[in-house]
Amino acid sequence: MSSAARVDIAIDAQGVARRFGARWVLRGVNLQVRPGEMVGLLGANGSGKSTLLRILATLLKPSAGGALVYGHDVVKRPDDVRRHIGFLAHSPGLYDDLTARENLQFAASMLGLERPDLDAALDRVGLSHVRDERVRGFSAGMQRRLSLARLVLANARVLLLDEPYSNLDVAGIALMNELIGESVAGGGAALVVLHELAPAAGLLDRTITIREGRIADDDDDAFLEPEALAAAGER
Amino acid sequence: MAWRDDWRRVRAIVWKDLTTEGRSKAGFNSVAALGVTILVLFGFALGPDAQALRDAAAGALWLAVLFAGVLAFNRSYQVELESGALEPLLLYPGARWTIFAGKLLANCIFVGLMLVIVVLVGIVLFQVRVPAAWPQLIGVLALGSIGLVSLGTFYAAMASRSRAREVLLPLLLFPMLVPVLLAAMSASKALLTGDLMHEASAWMRMLVAYDVIFVVAPLLAFEHVIEV
Repeated sequence: MSSAARVDIAIDAQGVARRFGARWVLRGVNLQVRPGEMVGLLGANGSGKSTLLRILATLLKPSAGGALVYGHDVVKRPDDVRRHIGFLAHSPGLYDDLTARENLQFAASMLGLERPDLDAALDRVGLSHVRDERVRGFSAGMQRRLSLARLVLANARVLLLDEPYSNLDVAGIALMNELIGESVAGGGAALVVLHELAPAAGLLDRTITIREGRIADDDDDAFLEPEALAAAGER
Repeated sequence: MAWRDDWRRVRAIVWKDLTTEGRSKAGFNSVAALGVTILVLFGFALGPDAQALRDAAAGALWLAVLFAGVLAFNRSYQVELESGALEPLLLYPGARWTIFAGKLLANCIFVGLMLVIVVLVGIVLFQVRVPAAWPQLIGVLALGSIGLVSLGTFYAAMASRSRAREVLLPLLLFPMLVPVLLAAMSASKALLTGDLMHEASAWMRMLVAYDVIFVVAPLLAFEHVIEV
């Protein structure tokens, strides 16, 4: 894909396909997400949602097709793509023997941040009271919040979130929505893999359903009423 | 400045690896214990003959470092794999060779500390007289360790994606290490026995050449082996 094209589109995937061995998990996905948009990615287990997200995050290469993130090709210019994305995976990806603050310090150093405000990031996710405690003793929800603090530090333009609400309590869900909302309102974009629509109901601009590696439904421009969201969740 | 960012990333990985290792302690204790155990077993196997012990000291030392080192190399990616931190590590923007360089430096420090213990135990157990050319001997230990650690760190990254990584790493690593170990053992033995044939410097030059190759090639290839 041309890296000069479509910088006005945050995510532009064209014919993305991926196979593992003989099994095709994605079979030609076309998808566009514009700046200022939050898109929910729905589908049954094994439908290819997480694979698509990992390809967009440059963690996997597509077997066919390609994708651009703000005009940067995920295969040819992965490092440029990584400068724009914030990826939240299933596992928190933290170091158990480092404290919460040390985990963020490491992330800040790897991100090349000169003077990161680690305490502000920890305060933002409600972990300032345990900042000097090792992550080993954290609950799953606290680890999720710390992963979120890492996203706050990265201040990415494109959020790729894989089931971001898992392990979060009500306050955590509200915090997640607040951070996504701020990013999207500031011109960023978010593509969020969801199993339940309810936690993100007030934020989603549209939903895309993947079935057996293909886009089964893209309700572009649909106004998402609660009834429509419930119906999308049942698909 | 790109080099400054790269150096910051290298330092961050060294700090992270050594801090996590220092706090868990299990890694260093087990690696050092294995190294010492191998030396003790060699000592028993060779019997009380002081000359036989001295002749075998260099070989026993490097074998202890080799086997203990394999444990250390496997551990260097285990922390990332256990906590799912490898993916975030790969997603940070910037050159990926810095990840290898950071892990290489951390492993050099780790193996260096283990080497101090193993050498001290070896001197006592094998009744080795410290040679006059001890600075050169330290040079040989350093050069041999760098080659061993660089290849070990590289192949540990390659094997880290495999479920059978503990088995795969020695299979990949040992054949590649033959030239380094041969040169390191020969140079060490020559220096411990007075270097009568003046062969130590030739082996050391060979070690330098191997180290250059075995550090530069993995730095260049790391991005491809760590690719998902």
